[in-house]
Amino acid sequence: MAKQTGKPLQSSLPGPEDIFQATLSNGITLLARSNFNSPSVSMSGYLRAGSIFESDEKLGLADFVSSALMRGTQTRTFDSIYNELESVGASLGFDSSVHTASFGGRALAEDLPLLLQLLSESLTTPTFPKKEIEKLRAQLLTGLNIRAQDTADMAALNFDKLLYGNHPYSRPSDGYLETIQSITQADLQKFHRRHFGPRGMVIAIVGAIAPTKALEVAERFLGSWQVPGQVVAPELPPLKPLRKTLMRHQRIAGKSQSDLIVGVFGPRRKDPEFFATSLANSILGQFGMMGRIGESVRERSGLAYYAYSSLSAGAHSGSWEVFAGVNPKNVKRAQDLIIKELKRLIKDGVTRAELADSQANYVGRLPLSFESNGGVAGSLINIHRYNLGLDFYQRYAGIVNRVTRAEVMEAARKYLNPEALAISTAGP
Amino acid sequence: MSNTITQVTLKNGLKVMLKEIHTAPIISSWVWYRVGSKDEIAGKTGISHWVEHMQFKGTKKFPNGILDKAISREGGSWNAFTYLDWTTYFETMPAAKIDLALRLEADRMKNSLFKEEEVASERTVIISEREGQENEPLFHLGEAMQQTAFRVHPYHHEVIGDMADLQTMTRDDLYRHYRTYYVPNNAVMALAGDFETKAMLKRIKELFEKIPAGKPIQRLKRPEPEQKGEVKLEVEGPGETTYLQVSYRFPHASHPDFFALSVLDSLLAGASNINMFGGGISHKTSRLYRALVDREFAVSASGGAAVTIDPFVYSFNLTVHPKRKPAETLAALDEQIQLIQTKLVSREEITRAIKQARAIFAYGSENITNQAFWLGFAEMFATYEWFTTYLNKLARITPQDVQRVARQYFQPKYRVVGTYLPKGGKP
Repeated sequence: MAKQTGKPLQSSLPGPEDIFQATLSNGITLLARSNFNSPSVSMSGYLRAGSIFESDEKLGLADFVSSALMRGTQTRTFDSIYNELESVGASLGFDSSVHTASFGGRALAEDLPLLLQLLSESLTTPTFPKKEIEKLRAQLLTGLNIRAQDTADMAALNFDKLLYGNHPYSRPSDGYLETIQSITQADLQKFHRRHFGPRGMVIAIVGAIAPTKALEVAERFLGSWQVPGQVVAPELPPLKPLRKTLMRHQRIAGKSQSDLIVGVFGPRRKDPEFFATSLANSILGQFGMMGRIGESVRERSGLAYYAYSSLSAGAHSGSWEVFAGVNPKNVKRAQDLIIKELKRLIKDGVTRAELADSQANYVGRLPLSFESNGGVAGSLINIHRYNLGLDFYQRYAGIVNRVTRAEVMEAARKYLNPEALAISTAGP
Repeated sequence: MSNTITQVTLKNGLKVMLKEIHTAPIISSWVWYRVGSKDEIAGKTGISHWVEHMQFKGTKKFPNGILDKAISREGGSWNAFTYLDWTTYFETMPAAKIDLALRLEADRMKNSLFKEEEVASERTVIISEREGQENEPLFHLGEAMQQTAFRVHPYHHEVIGDMADLQTMTRDDLYRHYRTYYVPNNAVMALAGDFETKAMLKRIKELFEKIPAGKPIQRLKRPEPEQKGEVKLEVEGPGETTYLQVSYRFPHASHPDFFALSVLDSLLAGASNINMFGGGISHKTSRLYRALVDREFAVSASGGAAVTIDPFVYSFNLTVHPKRKPAETLAALDEQIQLIQTKLVSREEITRAIKQARAIFAYGSENITNQAFWLGFAEMFATYEWFTTYLNKLARITPQDVQRVARQYFQPKYRVVGTYLPKGGKP
């Protein structure tokens, strides 16, 4: 029934013929792709200024810095930065994770220069005004108080502690009440001075703009930024696999539902078994109505509204986790059902039909992820970050469809050890 | 974006709305039913949402477990939402696969099984969904606010329903509700994406026109009587954080004042994100942010109206700053409301609100799913024209209009003020 009418469709899958890549004069990587179907542009990117650089005493520092970049610059106050943005319906924001500080924004195409100018000012000349820092601190502390009452957040925080032990990955990037309280203006300034710089920075611009024009605007606002002393990230200690199952419960009084996480280490994004593991995860807890986990915990047992699994694979580590929200009296039952499914997966593997279903899902849904400019920008960033090649999305179907049942089983066996799980719960 | 659409009503009363968009090989298909929590009586609260869940539990042709796998296999994404006024189901699919979604929706418009054992297992799933919501302080506050604002009108209960009813409703209750409201003459079908209108309409007719029309629906007629003065309430619960919610009586979405109120909302609380998919913008230069958050009366401040068929409320949501008492935060809010009632806003502020709305429209139009959403959604409370003329209507609003609606609707006697008081870590 679908019929292409009028002008031929632009191939919806980004590829070498329409992804533009360039390097600014200070080494920043620019990726761009145009889409003139809507008058808007989306922009995102990252730099290497994550929480990996912060000390245990100042946990949350990288996050605090990211949140404070737009609180005032050498040329503008907090209010005037946001006034410029919001007056034209644009948005810009920063976030941080273990390895990176990331940014994202959008605007009508006519306002892209403004967006990049504000990005540039926030990145290069933030002043961290004392008054603004204190206001922000009060907001962060309230956020931490709310986190302490959130069963899903607390289960996740403790899960990372169980899984990563003493490794820096075990630390919450939003810190703790006492570490956020201890961070000074000088800490913020120093962190910014040492870690924010163009080396390793990537920016993607997608939307109603020609790539050469995007390059010109990016070069104008970001190309001359130099930070000679930008510190290189420290080598991290190796991750230690769990030897036995570790469990932890966080009591949060007055709650009517508990959150449960059962998980293990997973592959890194660049590991050869990434796709086999990802498909194993799809079958375990994603496909259809939350895969086998959903079938067991929700459909057959009626224990939970949500029960699913998720694989998160980064540049340096990965985790594979099963999540469920259940009545406090059903935590043990849900946990047993989940572990039963993990055991079944490594013992019996997956059926031919299950694998074919998930493969078809991966290939079929690909165009949907490029529906919006933001989706395309995120994909361009991924291509660069994991060195996937500009033709990655065009090769994608082949990569997915080549995965065999034996590879899925092998991947599941490599990562899932039912005797060595991290099990974190939070609730009354 | 182009707004050329085709609208046809089939012989059985099903309204079909089609919008061709050939920018990506995707089609998004939505079926909307005019049924939601406002069609529920005490004892049966939450029934519309539960019926929505049962719509995923299978028909004879697509038994339980087959539906979701079939959609996933084709790379589709799908979901359903139940709201005060409506229930909707959507599938966004690779264009060549949309026929599956059409067949599925035609089938479950009439043939869902509602098996006793599926009802039983879904009962505990929905109870679990409610328990998850009960974990949130703002759910408790919101529920208390709604009950207080609506004593007579069925907007008085949450979409999820009351626990007592979730424990007692039967399979026959659910099935009756389904058969009453899931009829073509109570539905709107909206598709946007990479199809050819003539062929699509032909296929929709083949699949849907044979479904018999249902009896005309008798709606509950219980308008809320006029409020006779400010009402205050408190909810207590665990935590360290105090929340304040202030809700004013607000007109329905097709009321002529809605647009002046939308401008007022933009100035006070920041531009509302009208997209279901597509995202909005930050609100750090709204009048409330500057007066409440920047001056540390609140840690966060937001506001917005629900888009509804009957009059609902406009709510401000404030997280009280730890160094303030809720009464101080409320006084700071009142000061801003009085200011906008007494001092005319500038033309520039209105122009800014319109530019913001224009940008948010552009973000929403990137997304085919969002465009299909708007086709049907607007139809639930007005017509699609409401959406296409939205920006023009905003452009006609004057400073005097904003002042008039601020004076008329934002009066203390038409509001409910609710406070969530934390009791530390104790239950």
